[in-house]
Amino acid sequence: MSRLASTFERLRAQRRVALMPYLCIGHPTPDAVLNIVPRAEAAGADLFELGVPFSDPLADGATIQAATQRALEQGASLDVCLSQARALRERGVQAPFTFMGYYNPMYQRGLDRFCGQAADAGVDGLIVPDLPPEEAHDLAQAARQHSVDLVFLLAPTSTDARVRLVCQQASGFLYLVSLVGVTGARDSLPPDLERFVERVRAQTSLPLAVGFGIGDPVQAGRVARIADGVIVGSAVVRVADRAQDPPAAVAAFIGQLRAGIDQVAVPT
Amino acid sequence: MQATPTRVVPDARGRYGPYGGRFVPETLMAAITELEAAYTEARQDTDFQARLADLQRHYIGRPTPLYFAEKLTAHCAGARIYLKREDLAHTGAHKINNALGQALLAQRMGKRRIIAETGAGQHGVASATVAALLGMECVVYMGTEDMRRQAPNVFRMKLLGAEVRGVEAGSRTLKDAINEAMRDWVTNVAGSYYLLGSALGPHPYPMMVRDFQSVIGHEARAQALAQIGRLPDALVACVGGGSNAIGLFYAFLDDAVRMVGVEAGGHGIASGQHAARFADAHLGRLGVLHGAQTYVLQNDDGQIALTHSVSAGLDYAAVGPEHAYLREVGRAEYTYATDDEALAAFQLLCRTEGIIAALESVHAIAHVTKLAPELGRDAVIIVNLSGRGDKDLQTVATALNVQV
Repeated sequence: MSRLASTFERLRAQRRVALMPYLCIGHPTPDAVLNIVPRAEAAGADLFELGVPFSDPLADGATIQAATQRALEQGASLDVCLSQARALRERGVQAPFTFMGYYNPMYQRGLDRFCGQAADAGVDGLIVPDLPPEEAHDLAQAARQHSVDLVFLLAPTSTDARVRLVCQQASGFLYLVSLVGVTGARDSLPPDLERFVERVRAQTSLPLAVGFGIGDPVQAGRVARIADGVIVGSAVVRVADRAQDPPAAVAAFIGQLRAGIDQVAVPT
Repeated sequence: MQATPTRVVPDARGRYGPYGGRFVPETLMAAITELEAAYTEARQDTDFQARLADLQRHYIGRPTPLYFAEKLTAHCAGARIYLKREDLAHTGAHKINNALGQALLAQRMGKRRIIAETGAGQHGVASATVAALLGMECVVYMGTEDMRRQAPNVFRMKLLGAEVRGVEAGSRTLKDAINEAMRDWVTNVAGSYYLLGSALGPHPYPMMVRDFQSVIGHEARAQALAQIGRLPDALVACVGGGSNAIGLFYAFLDDAVRMVGVEAGGHGIASGQHAARFADAHLGRLGVLHGAQTYVLQNDDGQIALTHSVSAGLDYAAVGPEHAYLREVGRAEYTYATDDEALAAFQLLCRTEGIIAALESVHAIAHVTKLAPELGRDAVIIVNLSGRGDKDLQTVATALNVQV
């Protein structure tokens, strides 16, 4: 069983909803995640989504665009991303990592070579927002070869037929995009979120993690009532961006999100 | 000529051989499937086709002339050069052919809001125009660098009632405008229609744009037979995304006619400052950008390269997937013209024919000045004069160190 799957299984047994922050590698300073991730893990993060910067992140809103742009300017190449993932493992971080990145840099590296390097660096899964299942055959095969999970996304606009298609191919967990739009914290969550999660739940026993637009402990709590995992991206990036001491500030924010999640009754 | 493989593309997955496809966020997949179904229906609907044909004739002013450029021919001392005068279409460029077709489709789908991106501003103007015609809201994304160099078109779009949103990201050109247009589309997918302006992007856009632009080649083919009594020996068109080129080429795919696409050579291939996806073997590699697998200018790490061209409309890092396919199967060939060559051709066409053409289109003219003598006096070349140059006067004046 993959580390992603076993982590969700363990958390489910503990009646704990997973908290998965997104951090952009190379942001706000070149080595920042090396110090942020261990502190965030200690503060209650269960898994990490590590952003691999791309020049044209068309699924991302302004916050993550700016962060990835700055990371690229500071030299966050694919090799840097891989070596920082490895360094985090060497520093004893146990939580699973996923790389969140766009397809072209992976394709340029060579899909098999990239998956091998990612696995060696201790990366457990890949989230590729511009790769729908129809185009994912080659990457899925390479990922399987190296025991890396390819995590698929579902959106509120996904038809039931597409939900079935994605569930058939998915491994690790499913990433449910909470809203119709790009990444970025919003003032409120979409009203039909519960119905969307139920619609997917009816099709699969895979863990469901919900992301996009979740920006504070109250929203995280609402999502925790219905999902197996809560993904917080832009809000974490913004905290890191504005802090004098990013590791401490992110850890404090993770602690608040954790409390927001743990306040709610956990589904069985 | 290899004619057989080219008619069957794209396949059901939107693939032209290994090129094309639909690399888009899941949020858009249902919308793209719906668009494909709506387009398939419209294509077979005689009422839709009749309305399109009527507006092509009475609103766009089609057919555009096929004009024998006698003085340009004499100057080049070679093949007879004919210009397909898309610059005379309403709004001054071929872009209106696609904008009209897609806007009618959007209307048929019940969409009330049009999203468009623009580089040179010609597609933005065409989209704003058809949105005004059909009573739809129109938002156009444009890089701020392009807004600067194509200021008259920004004002045109505003006059036509469109909202122009400047894009500050990246190189502030077409690539960045497409990113932002796609973000808008992801966010407003239920009520908005994304009117993509070139033969790019996820399936079915490259096919749909080709189909709406293929009126250029169908007319040119019939006009050549009627006016010259035979088919041309060669077709030449500039290639940014490649919509005017595929529009001219498509009707001739089964004919023994040479097809040449001309990319933007910018400051020269060695400079790295260009938009020649095929000519630069180092930066131009197979990749995925804006929904399609094709040749993309990029660095070793797969980050998309910043491009340069004196013409905003050719200043883009990826080429339409069908061009990548036509090149691979040997049915079309691709070359480039530099900024300097394009500026010289711009002036040449002004003085020999009294035509101020778009900086995009004169890349094709620049190549014709080399190709015409090569082919000899018995040959016939049709060049797609894809747009007029009024929008470029400031850029040309600056390049020529002239104060206006």
